[in-house]
Amino acid sequence: MTIEGRTARGKRRVGLSERGVERVLTLIALSAIAILGLITVFIFIGGIPAIARTGLWSFIWGHKWAPGRNIFGIFPMIMGSLWVTLGALVVGVPLSLGGAIFLSEVAPSRAARVIKPAIELLAGIPSVIYGFMGLVILVPFIRTHLGGPGFSVLASSIVLGIMILPTVISISYDALKAVPDTYRDGSLALGATKWQTITMVLLPAARSGILAAVILGMGRAIGETMAVIMVAGNATKVPGSLLDPVRTLTSNIALEMGYAAGLHRAALFGTGIILFVIIMLLSVLASLTTTARDKVR
Amino acid sequence: MRNRALLAHRIAITVLWASAALTLGILVFIIAYILVHGLPVLSWSFVSRAPTEMGRSGGILPTIVGTFSLTVLALAIATPLGVGTAIYLTEYTRPGVLTRVVRFGAESLAGVPSIIFGLFGFMFFVIYLRLGWSILSGALTLAAMILPTIIRTSEEAIRAVPESYREISFALGGTRWQTVTRAVLPSALPGILTGVMLGMGRCIGETAAVIFTAGATLRLPTSVFDPVRTMAVHFYILAREGISMRNAYGTAAILVISILAVNFVAYWLMQRFIARHS
Amino acid sequence: MAKGKPSVNVQGGGSSAGIQAAETGAAQIGMSSRELKPDEKAALREFPIAHDAIAIIVNPANHLEGLTSAQVRGIFSGVIRNWRDLGGPDKPITVISREEGSGTRGSFDEMIMKDAEVTPAALVQDSNGSVRETVASDPYAIGYLSLGLVDQRVRAVKLDGVTPTLATARSKEYPVVRPFLFLTRGEPTGAVKDFIAFVLGPEGQKTLLREGLVPIDPNVGQ
Repeated sequence: MTIEGRTARGKRRVGLSERGVERVLTLIALSAIAILGLITVFIFIGGIPAIARTGLWSFIWGHKWAPGRNIFGIFPMIMGSLWVTLGALVVGVPLSLGGAIFLSEVAPSRAARVIKPAIELLAGIPSVIYGFMGLVILVPFIRTHLGGPGFSVLASSIVLGIMILPTVISISYDALKAVPDTYRDGSLALGATKWQTITMVLLPAARSGILAAVILGMGRAIGETMAVIMVAGNATKVPGSLLDPVRTLTSNIALEMGYAAGLHRAALFGTGIILFVIIMLLSVLASLTTTARDKVR
Repeated sequence: MRNRALLAHRIAITVLWASAALTLGILVFIIAYILVHGLPVLSWSFVSRAPTEMGRSGGILPTIVGTFSLTVLALAIATPLGVGTAIYLTEYTRPGVLTRVVRFGAESLAGVPSIIFGLFGFMFFVIYLRLGWSILSGALTLAAMILPTIIRTSEEAIRAVPESYREISFALGGTRWQTVTRAVLPSALPGILTGVMLGMGRCIGETAAVIFTAGATLRLPTSVFDPVRTMAVHFYILAREGISMRNAYGTAAILVISILAVNFVAYWLMQRFIARHS
Repeated sequence: MAKGKPSVNVQGGGSSAGIQAAETGAAQIGMSSRELKPDEKAALREFPIAHDAIAIIVNPANHLEGLTSAQVRGIFSGVIRNWRDLGGPDKPITVISREEGSGTRGSFDEMIMKDAEVTPAALVQDSNGSVRETVASDPYAIGYLSLGLVDQRVRAVKLDGVTPTLATARSKEYPVVRPFLFLTRGEPTGAVKDFIAFVLGPEGQKTLLREGLVPIDPNVGQ
C-alpha cells in the first residue's frame, strides 16, 4: 500500500496509497449506518416474539398492560408519550422561540456571549439531574398546590419542556440567522418596528427551519427516559388530566427491564420497536422540512 | 397607528428579554441548587474512598473510576470513527448514493433515544457478543451514541478550513491524504476537539444506556470486562431510593462540576477556532 | 470464608430470572424471593436462607391503625378510593406499587391481591427504596415494602390485626411472609457448597438480620 513520492527533498516513501486511504475512510464512514442497521436488527429480533404473540393491532391498541398474565397492550404508554411530548412543546417552544429571537435579533453582543454558552451548558446537564429537580421541587409543589399525587403529565411536561430548550433554541436561531439581512433592512426601511419585522418578515421566512427545530425537539422529548421516570408516576392508565400520573414508552422499557425475562422482556423490546419507528418517522419528517426549505431557496 | 406598533414592539422586546432571563435563570438555579447542597459534602475522602453500606456512607471512588474509564474508552473508539467519517464527507466525497447513505446514517443515529441504545447494547454487546455487563459493553454503546455528535462537529470544523490551505498543499505536490493530515486537520483541530468535549459531556451524564450495559456494581473494576457503576447511575440510585440524599448531592455536585469544566474547555476551544479562522 | 478467596458475582434480575438461571446452569446459584411452582421444583435443590415480611406502609402523618386483607385488596384494586372510607380525611388515596416482574410485586399479587388486580391507576416505582421515598413524602399515599426496609420515614400498619415484626414474621402470625431461596441444579459442591454453608452459618445469618430480613436460623435474632 505504499507508494514512492517526490518531494523537494527528493524521492521518499510517503506512506499510504490514495486508493487504500479512500477505501478505509469509506468503510469508516459506513460505520454510522452499520450501527443503525445493527440497532434495527437487534431491536426487532428482541421484540418480534412478543408482537407476534399478541398481534400488532392488540399490541398497539391494547389498553391493558399486565405482563404477569402475558397481556401486552401499550396504548396507554403511546398516549402517555403523546401527552407528555405535547405538553413539553407547549412549555418549551414559546420559551425557545423567545430565546432564539432574542439571541438573533435583540441581544447586544455582550449578552449573546453569555447566553449562547449558557444554552450549551443547559444541554450538557445530565437528564437524571433534571429529573431530580423535578422530583424535589415540581412534584411536591404540584401535589400541594394543584392536587393529585404530584407525579403527573404536568410535571413531566415542564421538565421535558426545559430539556428541549437547547435543541429548539439553537436550531431556530440558525434558521433566523440564515435569513438575509436584506429582509431586515428592507422591512425597517419601510418603517416597520423591529417587532413587526420579526413577526411579519423574519419568522415566516425562517418558518421551515423553526418547524424542523420543533420536530427535533419533539424527538428529543419522546426519547427522554430518566427524567420522565422520576416525575411521571408511571401508572399504566391513559391519563385523564394534566394532574394524572402517566407512563411513557421510554419509561415502560426502563422500569421493567431490570426484572423482565422471556416474553415480558420481548414485549419491552417491542415497546422499543414502536418507539424506534416513531423516532425514525420524526427524523425523516425533520429532514424533509429542511430539504423543502433548501429547495424553496 | 405607529404608536400602537411601537407599544407592541416595546412589550414584545421586554417579553423577549424576560424569556432569555428565564432560560438563564433556570440554568443558574439548577447549578446553584446542586452546588449549594452538594459542595459541603465534597472532601478528599469522598472522592478517594469506596462506598459502604450500599452507598449510605463512604465515598464514591469506584463510580468516578467507572465514569472515567467508560468515557475515555468510548472517546477512543468514537473519535477516529467520527473524524474519519467527517473527512470522508468533506474531502473524499462525490455526489451519489453512498454519500447520501452515510449522511442519512449519521443524522438518523443522532435522533435515536438513549434507552434504545441501552436495549441495543444489552442485546448485542452484553448478550450476543457475550461481553457481559462490562466497561467494554458500556463504552462500545456510548461510542455509538456520541458518534453523530463527533461527526457533525468535525465536519463543520473541517469545512471551515479555507480552501487556500488545500490549494497550497496540492500546489506543493501533496496527495489528498497528506493535505488532510498536514494542512486541514491541524487547522480544524480546535473545532474537532470541541466535538470531542461535547461527546465527553454526554458520556459523563448518560444513565439509561449505561445501566443496561455496564451494570451497577459498586466494586472497583480490575479490567475492561468488569461491570462498573458511573456517577450518574450512582446519583440516580441514591436519590431515587433515598439511600443517602447527602451523598446523592455530593455525587451530583461532582457531575455538575465535571460538565462545567468540559463545557468551559469546549467553549474556549471554540473561541480559539473562531479566532483562527476569522 | 475458608481457604482461598472465591469471588461471588451477583447479577440482578427477578425471581423468574433467578429460577431460570439455576435451571439452565447460567448461574451456579439462582435466587428467588417466591415459592417455587410445582413444575419448577423438579430439577432444583432449594435452600431457604431467610424470610421476608411484606408490610403495608403509609406516611407517618397518617394515623391509620391497621387494615384487613380485604381492605388492602380494595384499596390496591381501586375500589376503595378515598381515605374517608377508612375513617380518614376526605382525600383521594394515592396507591404506590412496584413494577411487574419484581419479586416483591409478585409476592404482593400472589399473597394479598390473589384474584384481584392492582389498579392501572396506581403509581409505579421501580425499587423498594423509591416506594418508601414516595410514601414518605406524600401524606395520602399507601404502598407495600419489604419489612427490612421500613424505617422511621414510613409507618407499617397492622394487617388483619397483626403488626409486622421480626417475631410475628417468624411465627407466621403475620400473614404475608415470603421465602428467600438459594436454588442449585442438583447437589451443590465445592465453592458453591461453601458459600451456601456460609450464608446459612452464623455470620451469614447475622448479616441477613442486619439487612432487615428474618434469618432462617431460629437462634439468630431472638
